[in-house]
Amino acid sequence: MTRRGLIVAAGAALALWPASAHAHLVTTGLGPLYDGISHLFLTFDDLLPVVAMALLAGLNGAKAGRRALFALPTAWLAGGVGGYLAGSAPLPAGVTAASFLVIGVLTAADRRLSPTVVTALATGLGLLHGWLNGAGIAAAGREASGLIGIGGAIFVLVAVGAALVVSLRRPWMRIAVRVAGSWIAAIGLLLLGWALRGSS
Amino acid sequence: MSDRSAAGSWREAIVVLTVLLASASPAFAHTQQGQAAGFLTGLRHPTSGLDHVLAMICVGLWGAQLGAPAIWLLPVTFPMVMAIGGFFALLGMPLPGVELGIAASAILLGLMVAREARPPLWLAAAIVAFFAVFHGHAHGAELPAGQSGLLYSVGFVMATGCLHASGIAIGLVHRWEWGKVVLRAAGVVVAAAGVYFLWSALA
Repeated sequence: MTRRGLIVAAGAALALWPASAHAHLVTTGLGPLYDGISHLFLTFDDLLPVVAMALLAGLNGAKAGRRALFALPTAWLAGGVGGYLAGSAPLPAGVTAASFLVIGVLTAADRRLSPTVVTALATGLGLLHGWLNGAGIAAAGREASGLIGIGGAIFVLVAVGAALVVSLRRPWMRIAVRVAGSWIAAIGLLLLGWALRGSS
Repeated sequence: MSDRSAAGSWREAIVVLTVLLASASPAFAHTQQGQAAGFLTGLRHPTSGLDHVLAMICVGLWGAQLGAPAIWLLPVTFPMVMAIGGFFALLGMPLPGVELGIAASAILLGLMVAREARPPLWLAAAIVAFFAVFHGHAHGAELPAGQSGLLYSVGFVMATGCLHASGIAIGLVHRWEWGKVVLRAAGVVVAAAGVYFLWSALA
């Protein structure tokens, strides 16, 4: 083999040497803020209750929607900081599933709730899921600033979702929201079953 | 260097490169394996059996015949009660005669559509809810190993809801006289299929 051929072969060998591609940024991350944003949209355990809360808040009017818009992300951040500092999430299996079962049932039932009750539900939901997120971030050794990304994404999602539902005028559109709530409740109940089966 | 030795050198280089490429390890680019499969498995599950498909579409047809508020009450009731059946299955609670219940659901719901029956709303909801338990139980505990339970549930519920929506969409022909006849004929077909499913279950 000529000298040139050897150089080409060695160069090609180095370039093609097998190694993990890390092509998908699940392993490398996008940076804490963007990891937080993408976490919400890629994690159904967190996305579904946020969507359900946005639908429920919207069904209960603009005032409830405005309160949930600020209560949910704020509580999520507060819970997240608490979970991050505690570093663990000593909650029984199925608590998250139960949370969106409750919100889904309330959405499907379309019972008129006062803005105070909606705010209390949003706060409780935010504290619970935020705590779990914070504890998870601490356990993974990631930066806590990811919580800001999660909180920002929740704010946008609730703003868009609740405003959309508030703006609905045709009766069948409101029914579609209730059907979506029943789907979320059904998923929550099934997930609760999976959790209880796994823990038994 | 002669042409023959140059060609030999390149062949050696190609052999070396081929060996290196063939020894490549998988990239494991997708770190959460089984997630998409869980969703697709759940999505396919309710549509994998004609007995399930016909019964769920029939719920939508009946709702369309009954009109408001049944048109939304039945599709809201079914997934939630179906999930209760799935919940029992996941906890390992047996439900006797699941296949018989599913076949009976096709017969009774088909007859309701065929007769364009108009029972009180609570009774219509109770009939749908009763049979939803059997459908949910049948689907509840069939997640293949290694797949996401959450995404399976999401796909499963979405597919069921879409079948109801299909039934409602078809049932919109009820506004025309010929559409009413077509719907009633469809009810007869579903009931006849239910008899076949019952026969198969008993055989």
